[in-house]
Amino acid sequence: MFSLTAACALAAVCVLFWILGFLVWNGGKALNLDFFTQLPKPPGELGGGMANAIVGSAQIVLIAAAIGIPIGFLGGVYLAEFGLGSFPFFVRYTADLLNGVPSIVMGIFAYAIVVRPLHRFSALAGGVALSVILIPTTIRTTEQFLRAVPQMLREGALALGASKWKSIATIVVPAAIRGVATGMILGIARIAGESAPLLFTSFGNQYWSTSLGNPTASLPVMIYTYAISPYADWHRQAWAAGLVLLAVMLLLNIGARVVLAPGAAHKT
Amino acid sequence: MAGAATVTEAGIPGRGRHSFLGRLRDGDEIAHLASLLFACAILLIAGLLVLELFRSSGEARNKFGWAFFFTKTWDPVAGQFGALPFIYGTLVTSAVALVLSVPLGLGAAIFLSELAPPRVSDALTFIIELLAAVPSVIYGLLAVFALVPLLRDPIQPFLGRIFGFVPLFQGPSYGVGFLAAGIILAIMVVPFIISISRQSLLAVPNDQREAALALGATRWESTWHVVVPYARLGITGSIFLALARALGETMAVTMVIGNTPQIAASLFAPGYTIPAVIANEFTEATSDIHLSALIELGLVLFLLTIVINAFARLMVLATTRRGTTHP
Repeated sequence: MFSLTAACALAAVCVLFWILGFLVWNGGKALNLDFFTQLPKPPGELGGGMANAIVGSAQIVLIAAAIGIPIGFLGGVYLAEFGLGSFPFFVRYTADLLNGVPSIVMGIFAYAIVVRPLHRFSALAGGVALSVILIPTTIRTTEQFLRAVPQMLREGALALGASKWKSIATIVVPAAIRGVATGMILGIARIAGESAPLLFTSFGNQYWSTSLGNPTASLPVMIYTYAISPYADWHRQAWAAGLVLLAVMLLLNIGARVVLAPGAAHKT
Repeated sequence: MAGAATVTEAGIPGRGRHSFLGRLRDGDEIAHLASLLFACAILLIAGLLVLELFRSSGEARNKFGWAFFFTKTWDPVAGQFGALPFIYGTLVTSAVALVLSVPLGLGAAIFLSELAPPRVSDALTFIIELLAAVPSVIYGLLAVFALVPLLRDPIQPFLGRIFGFVPLFQGPSYGVGFLAAGIILAIMVVPFIISISRQSLLAVPNDQREAALALGATRWESTWHVVVPYARLGITGSIFLALARALGETMAVTMVIGNTPQIAASLFAPGYTIPAVIANEFTEATSDIHLSALIELGLVLFLLTIVINAFARLMVLATTRRGTTHP
C-alpha cells in the first residue's frame, strides 16, 4: 500500500516537470529578441512581440505593491504587536477569509469602485484589484514572521528604555525582516500571475499605454487572449509568454524561499 | 516607583503621567493608532466588497428574485437570465476535481509524512508547493494545447467504449467540456490538499503511532486506521479549502469548459461555470441588466467561497492548532 502512496507523490511531482517540459519545449522554440522589444502585430502578420505587455504588467504590479505593501505591512505590525483581544481576532479572521475569495470577484470590486466612476479601464484599476488580493496575504505573513521574533528581544529593548514603537521599529522588525520580505515577494509573485481580475479593469492594449489612467496590456491577459485565438502564430507567442511568466514566477518563489528565508515555515 | 513600570510614563518633565500630550510624546499611542488604522483597511475592504456586490447586483436581484437560481435559460439578447447552468457546471467541475485529487493528494500526503525520510519529504514538498505558485493561465495553456487533444482522441472515446452504459460517459467527444475542466482543476488543487494534509498528519503525536504498533498493527494499519483518522479534521479542512479554490478558479476553466450554458449529464459535454461566464461576458455586456446579472453571479460565488472557507479554516485550526486564534 505504501508503494501506492509513493506513486501518488511521484505523480504529483511529475506534474511540475510536465509543465516545465511543455513550456520550455514550446516556449523555447518561440522565444526571441523580438518578443521582448516589439509591439504586437495584427493577426495575419507574422512576428511581433509583447513588449507593451511586459511593461504594462510591471506598471500594474508596481501600483498594486505601492498600495498593498504598506497597508499589509502596518496591518501585520498591528496584529503582531498590539494584537490580543477580539478586535484583532476579527481582523485576522477577515484577512483569512479574504484570502480565499476568488480573484475574479476582486476584479468585479475594482470595476465597481474604479472603472465605473472614472468611465475608463486603467492600469490604476488593475493595480487596485491586485492590491486587494495582496493585502490579506501580506498582513498574515507579516504577522506570522513578527510573532516568530523571540519575546526576549522586545523585553530587552524595553528594559533599555526604548518606547514600544521604537523597539518595534528598530529591533523587532529588522529581526524579522527576512521572513517578512519573503512573504512580500511571494505575495507579489502571486499577483503578478493573476489574469482574471485584470480582464475588466486594466483590459488590454495593442500599443504602449501613455498613462496610468489608460487601458494597459499585461502578460497574463495576453497569454489568455492569444491562447484562445485561432491563429497559430499567436499560439506560438502565447507559449513564449507563458515560459517568460513561469520563469519569473519560479525565480521569485525559489529565490524568496531558498535565499531569503531558508528554513522558514511555509504558510498554509 | 509604583506605576512607572511602562517606559511611556518615565520622567517626562512638567507633564502629568497620564496627560494626553505626555503619552503622545513617546509616540506609542500614535504607533498603536496608526497601525490600527491600517489594520482596519482589511475590514473596510471586506465591507466595501460586500456592499458593492450587493449594490451592483441590485437590478438583477429585484427583477428575478429567487427564480434566478432555478432558471435554466441564459439569453442576453432576450434579457432572460438564469443561473442554474452555471451553478451546475461549477459544482460538476469541482466534484470531478475533488474525486480525482483527493485520493491522489491524500496518498501523496501519507507518503510524505509517514514513509519518506525528512529531507526527501521536505524537498518533495517544496517542489509540490511550487506547483501552487504556477499561475492559472499557464495551467490553461497546458490544458488547451496538451490536455484537450489527448482527451479528444485517445481518452474520451476509450472511456465511452468501456463505460458507455453510464450516462456520464456518453455523447460525442469534443475534448473540451466538464471532464477537461475537472482534470485541470484537479491538477491545480492537489498541491493544497497535499500540503495541508501533510501538516495535519505530521501534527499527530507519535504516541498514537507507537501505541498502534505496540498492539501489533503493521505500519500500514497503524497509518490508515490510527493516524489518518486522528488527523481527519485537518484533512477534511484541506479538502474544503481545495473545494473553495476549485469553485473560484477562472482562467484555466474558461479555456477548456466549452462555453455552453447547458445542463448535460455527460462529462464529455461542454458546459459553463460561474467564473467562466463572468470572465467571458463581463466586457461584452451591452445592457445594465446583463451586467447586473453577472455581478449577482459574482455575489453568489463570493458567498459560497466565504462559507466554505470559514468552515474549512475552523477545521484546520482544530487539528494543527495554528491559525487565527494563535496567541
